[in-house]
Amino acid sequence: MTITGIAAIGAGLAVIGAGMGIGRIGGSAMEAIARQPEAAGKIQTAMIIAAALIEGAALFAVVVALIK
Amino acid sequence: MLFSKFFRFNALSSLLFATLFLLSFTPSRASDAPASTDSTAKEEFNITEMILHHIADAHDWHLFDVTHEDGSVHAVSIPLPVILLTEGNLDVFLSSGFHHGHSTVKKADREYAYEHGHITELSGKKVLDFSITKNVASMLISVSLLLILFISAARSYANSVPTGLARFLEPLVLFVRDDIAIPNIGEAKYKKFLPYLLTVFFFIWINNLLGLVPSGANFTGNIAVTLTLAVMTMIITNINGTKTYWGHIFTPHVPKGLWIIMIPVELIGVISKPFALTVRLFANITAGHIIILSLISLIFVFKSVFIAPVSVGFVLFMSFLELLVAALQAYVFTLLSALFIGLALEEPHHDHDHAH
Amino acid sequence: MNLITPEIGLIFWTGITFLILLFLLRKFAWKPILGAVEERDNKINAALNAAEEARKEIANLAAENEKLLNEARAEKDRIIADAKKTRETMISEAKAIADSEAKRMIETARASIENEKNAALTEVKNLVAGLSIDIAEKLLRKQFENNAEQQAFVKKHIEDIKLN
Repeated sequence: MTITGIAAIGAGLAVIGAGMGIGRIGGSAMEAIARQPEAAGKIQTAMIIAAALIEGAALFAVVVALIK
Repeated sequence: MLFSKFFRFNALSSLLFATLFLLSFTPSRASDAPASTDSTAKEEFNITEMILHHIADAHDWHLFDVTHEDGSVHAVSIPLPVILLTEGNLDVFLSSGFHHGHSTVKKADREYAYEHGHITELSGKKVLDFSITKNVASMLISVSLLLILFISAARSYANSVPTGLARFLEPLVLFVRDDIAIPNIGEAKYKKFLPYLLTVFFFIWINNLLGLVPSGANFTGNIAVTLTLAVMTMIITNINGTKTYWGHIFTPHVPKGLWIIMIPVELIGVISKPFALTVRLFANITAGHIIILSLISLIFVFKSVFIAPVSVGFVLFMSFLELLVAALQAYVFTLLSALFIGLALEEPHHDHDHAH
Repeated sequence: MNLITPEIGLIFWTGITFLILLFLLRKFAWKPILGAVEERDNKINAALNAAEEARKEIANLAAENEKLLNEARAEKDRIIADAKKTRETMISEAKAIADSEAKRMIETARASIENEKNAALTEVKNLVAGLSIDIAEKLLRKQFENNAEQQAFVKKHIEDIKLN
């Protein structure tokens, strides 16, 4: 297997982790909004921030995969 | 309730849809691109090389290729000025002098060669490249657009009732003020940082959109650009840091024995915040471009025209998504900048909450 | 790989251009726009406050009017009552004056009647007395013709007068 192949697998793994994380955040945010529709605005902002932070972690992995 | 919040994006989405019509022409024009492996005649199509060529910066603005009757391909592009600083000597010439890498340019005792977007000096002297590249040119266009848009909008406020453009831009400006600056920085101090947040928001957004225009530059998908912006956020954050903010870093609320671990961790936090900003914007925009280009490449991979409708359909879908991402990433960058600034401005009573 | 190697030239140009953009937009766009928006917000708030104030003022004014109206009404009632009273007193005064005048006139009339009567009576008495004297003279003259009879007659007359 070439280095590129390994890097691609690494990027894929990173995507799995980030996907699960963001999925959980989205799901929890939906539940929270369903429970407290009046706080939807605050929950959305918090959701986007949390998702952005997780995404950041995943992007580090992608960048590492890009460095060959 | 969810929708009421969502409708604030109304203004955002209206601009998105306006640009969508422009974008629906993307696939047909962008599909010209793959032939652009300079003027070398028909060679095996290399996806990776084509994509990297397209997302990378260049010293000329490639428009399209012309295939001559004898089968040779000639690239048509706008030459851009090359500005080089070589050991204290400033050399300025047009990029057309390189003839797409086919010839070298001689200046006094220095001879420059162009290869894969890089300029080297043949005798090995160190070259600092300050050229007006495709990205810089694109940025200058975006900056002119921003200046024209907002200054003309600001003019219409002179007689207190805004007209036309200003009515369209004002909700966007107020969105940044009311949904990004005020909630994250606070009513008392947001005014000082609002100009920066507004500028960075519209700068990133308009450049994201320009990047989606066919044969546009991948400006916000360039790490040098995102790094510069992130460093500006970092500088603003740290020079405005309160005592509490620095106290958090150098005297964390843990037993003194753990300081040796905590202080480096906190310092890494100072660096990793702008690093995350840098990489997030760069990776999101670059990834979008790569996906669109890959989908177009499918036509050339399968060497079949019948795959084109599928490819075009996917590209259209991705382009819609990219328009959303263009606005979303500008929003996220600005939001996180505001959040970091807000955290650096925290006052002692906040600190107390954390300690318990 | 140059994809993740930041290029110094691009950093330089981005940094410079962004700072210039920030400066220009802050001076020529954000300041006027945000200023105008803020001013408008302030104006709207001021207008709302003014409207609230005006509403209060109107309510106050209405109350004031009501009060004034009530006062005026009371005043009117009072004046009417006063007028009535005055009228009554005037009527009763006039009546009293008229009564007393009438009484006085009656009294005067009565007094003059009495006087007249007395005068008339005196006159009658005088007349009677004259007549009596005349008669008496005539009688006396006749009587004196007959002394005895005269004597008796005078005597009888005198007795009669005494009785009267």
